[in-house]
Amino acid sequence: MNHKEFCTLLKNNGFNFYTGVPCSILGNIINHLSKNKQFAYVPATREDEALGMAAGAYMGGKKPVVLMQNSGLGVSINALTSLVLLYKFPILLIISWRGYKGKDAPEHILMGKYTLKFLRSTNIPTKILSKKSLEKQLGESIGIMKNQGKPVALVLKRGVID
Amino acid sequence: MISRKLFSIKDRPQNFYMLGSMGLASAIGLGAALARPDKKIIVLVGDGNILMSLGALATIGKMSPKNFIHIVLDNECHESTGGQNTVSSITKLDIIASSSGFSNSQRVESVEELKKVMKKLLNTKGPSFIHAKIERERVDVPRVSIEPPEIKNRFMKELTKN
Repeated sequence: MNHKEFCTLLKNNGFNFYTGVPCSILGNIINHLSKNKQFAYVPATREDEALGMAAGAYMGGKKPVVLMQNSGLGVSINALTSLVLLYKFPILLIISWRGYKGKDAPEHILMGKYTLKFLRSTNIPTKILSKKSLEKQLGESIGIMKNQGKPVALVLKRGVID
Repeated sequence: MISRKLFSIKDRPQNFYMLGSMGLASAIGLGAALARPDKKIIVLVGDGNILMSLGALATIGKMSPKNFIHIVLDNECHESTGGQNTVSSITKLDIIASSSGFSNSQRVESVEELKKVMKKLLNTKGPSFIHAKIERERVDVPRVSIEPPEIKNRFMKELTKN
């Protein structure tokens, strides 16, 4: 699946408010979301700000998506625990996985190692996106968000979405 | 602390009490304002809160929601943790807001002035900003006794009413 098809898939599943902070892995997706006004992408200055906006938009009836690099997960821990999880905001998180298997620039290595542990330790349902089952994974995520009022993290490795 | 005071003075479902996630009130309000351009959104925060995420003011300025009013009650301290000083004694928050792209921004130093400006801004296209210098006051205010998901649900119900 390419980035355009992925954005259309999100849109067709009802997502209509997008915000976040870019990452090279998410570059194509965010460029496409920004270029097309129908997606209404709002660039945030920080990842926790994006989560705050998504929470506000959700209360206004939107279905929000937050895109960030895994480094932004560090910035977001308090927003996730004391806002998103506490108030039960079903926000779709798309988190790029820099530092996967320890192969990346030095600043990404440690967060790359701890990304899934961070998500597991806060009990955020997490799926590592795979080329073959993107649609199925998204469908399951929507189900979890709807039934449990929880955010779901979709972790994106380089090369999974072209 | 402002949430607690608001709750004890007059609770209403149109109030969203942000119990944790200090620093994210501006972002939550922005998300709500963008999702519901037909509703007036007022964000009420202290100096400690706004100083944590000045970046959000840039995002608000850029997105420029006309239905958005940001009020800062600036007592130059973190009241809820015992009155430790913030750095706002020399920070011209109203100028930061106007240079970030807010359409209206004003500093007020008395209740009369605040009332007058508020009345005017309620009928002016935003985003608008009020920097209200206030005195320190150490009072015990009970915590908000509504469960966070309920705070969210009832606010959402109000915000999504036509």
